Amino acid sequence: MSAEGPAAILDVNDLHRSYGRGANRFDALKGVSLRVDHGESVAIVGKSGSGKSTLMHLLALLDQPDDGSLRVGGVDAATLSSRQLSRLRNETFGFVFQQFFLNPNASVLENVILPLKIAGVGRRERRVRGMAVLDQLEMADKAKSKAVSLSGGQKQRAVIARALVNKPKLIFADEPTGNLDTVTGCLVEDILFQLNREGGITLVVVTHDAELAARCDRQIYISDGREVIPELIGAFA
Amino acid sequence: MKITDMLTTAVGNTLRSKTRTTLTVLAVFIGAFTLTITSAIGTGVSDYIDNQIGAFGAKDVLTITKASEQTAQQEGPAEYDPDAGIVGADLTQFETEPLTEVDLDAIRRVDGILDVSAVRGVNPRYIEYDHTGKYELDVNATAHLTTPDLASGAQLDNAGADPQILLVTSYVDALGFPDADGAVGATVRIGIADYTGAMHEVVATVAGVQNETILASGAALSEALIDRLHAAQSVGQPSATAEQSVAAIAHFDPQATEAQIDAMQAALSDAGFEAATVSDQIGVIQTVVDGIIAVLNSFAVIALIAAGFGIVNTLLMSVQERTREIGLMKAMGMRGGSIYALFSTEAVFIGFLGSVLGAAAAVGVGSAANGLIVDRFLTDLEGLQVLRFEFVPVASILLTVMLIAFLAGTLPARRAARQNPIDALRYE
Repeated sequence: MSAEGPAAILDVNDLHRSYGRGANRFDALKGVSLRVDHGESVAIVGKSGSGKSTLMHLLALLDQPDDGSLRVGGVDAATLSSRQLSRLRNETFGFVFQQFFLNPNASVLENVILPLKIAGVGRRERRVRGMAVLDQLEMADKAKSKAVSLSGGQKQRAVIARALVNKPKLIFADEPTGNLDTVTGCLVEDILFQLNREGGITLVVVTHDAELAARCDRQIYISDGREVIPELIGAFA
Repeated sequence: MKITDMLTTAVGNTLRSKTRTTLTVLAVFIGAFTLTITSAIGTGVSDYIDNQIGAFGAKDVLTITKASEQTAQQEGPAEYDPDAGIVGADLTQFETEPLTEVDLDAIRRVDGILDVSAVRGVNPRYIEYDHTGKYELDVNATAHLTTPDLASGAQLDNAGADPQILLVTSYVDALGFPDADGAVGATVRIGIADYTGAMHEVVATVAGVQNETILASGAALSEALIDRLHAAQSVGQPSATAEQSVAAIAHFDPQATEAQIDAMQAALSDAGFEAATVSDQIGVIQTVVDGIIAVLNSFAVIALIAAGFGIVNTLLMSVQERTREIGLMKAMGMRGGSIYALFSTEAVFIGFLGSVLGAAAAVGVGSAANGLIVDRFLTDLEGLQVLRFEFVPVASILLTVMLIAFLAGTLPARRAARQNPIDALRYE
């Protein structure tokens, strides 16, 4: 499968994941295979309950599949220790969430440098790198403001800054514009795609927004835990 | 995560919900405060007793009595034994039998005993100085067991021929001396009645004035003075009445080791005597004090355990509130162990705050109360510091409280560490 070129950043094969047991058993994923190459932007599209969030959690190594294999940069995730997994998440992945998950009472800078703090980066360097990434997102003037005082768009930019601060190879964005109005949403999308084009950061976007999905290089449609051809369901014309 | 970051983050998190933290810290505070106070009382009283023994208790003296016969405890009267010593009228209050010359010889033969003498009881009636009035004189019959704590003057010269007396401080004013120093060297008259009831007066020099202590509550008399008083007291004594005494004082080498003293006591015990050193006798008081302190301490520990549950509760709420934050940190690569350490640190910090504030308050309040207690209520016991704060016990209280806090933190910390990042992030 990975015969051509360097190893894909994500290469998954026949992923299964189910929750519950017996009569309550719910199969969220019923065998999904996909491959994401370095520098690509990929949209995982599906309605709520389709299994797209489950897929993203598996891809982001936040959850383990019941069956199937998952290789990150050519390394089988199942062979990694929990320490290595934590490190991989910290250094390789960045996360952008619909609900932001900012600590409301901490300053923007404090929120942004959290991954560096977890990585054990020194105080001075944290500050320099945090300010650099806030500068990049034109948020430097808000560094000392409390996260709770920001507007929605500013919050999402702070979240993107947090995802970027540890120089990730891949950013997972879960409905990044879901809580934003159209204009702000567009601005946030622009930032993400600019990072993808100019920074070479691989982008995996989970969304049910067809417009956002269309801006990605490639779309993967998920329905009822399986990848589907969009024309067959006709929902994403 | 670096340790310094861990600490600052934990402290920051603790201070985030101020009311809750304050209340929990208050609970710990109460426990730590109580424990510090009770242990300070324990240290103070024990130290006082230790000091009394260490500084003033004679280290080379055994008090020897005849071992009380088992028959005394039996039901019904003991069988008459014509060979047993006869207890004189004055001595019937004692349960033990009087010591005879034979007994004293037996004691003398025990290895390590340098000399032994029967305790002679003298009962002076009054003391008077310069005809300013007669006062009843309390004599400390066991003065030879201690080296008195002097307020003024010098110790008794027991070898000298000059009859000397060591007054206690309360006699200084009564006898009409300007102060303790003024009493030293003065000549006092001691009245004592003989067998026929006739009063004799014996003259003595005040060698010094001693502070009142738990070991010495009466005047100490020199050997020469006792000789004279005894002679006066024995006037008219029927010659048939044998010299009777229930207790003897034996001296041994002051350099004797614990083992040697134990061996002497065992040998005396085999010979049918009971022998106690000064510290043995004081040890009884110490045991009682220790018991009281242990009870007080256990109350404080119960308060601390209750405070521990307060910490559990506080942190469980905190874990609940910060579920998403924990999930986020885990998603960003924070390991379960670090999360555990973070919450444990928060628990320990709460314990630290409570115990440091509690101990500091206890030291403050205790020091103030100390002055008050000693000045107002226990003026007689000079040198007593009721509450004594020492570094080691206070430090060990701080560590104990933090340990309790850490243990209290384990349950919430485990819960936080086991948080699944996905569930946590989904949590609304």
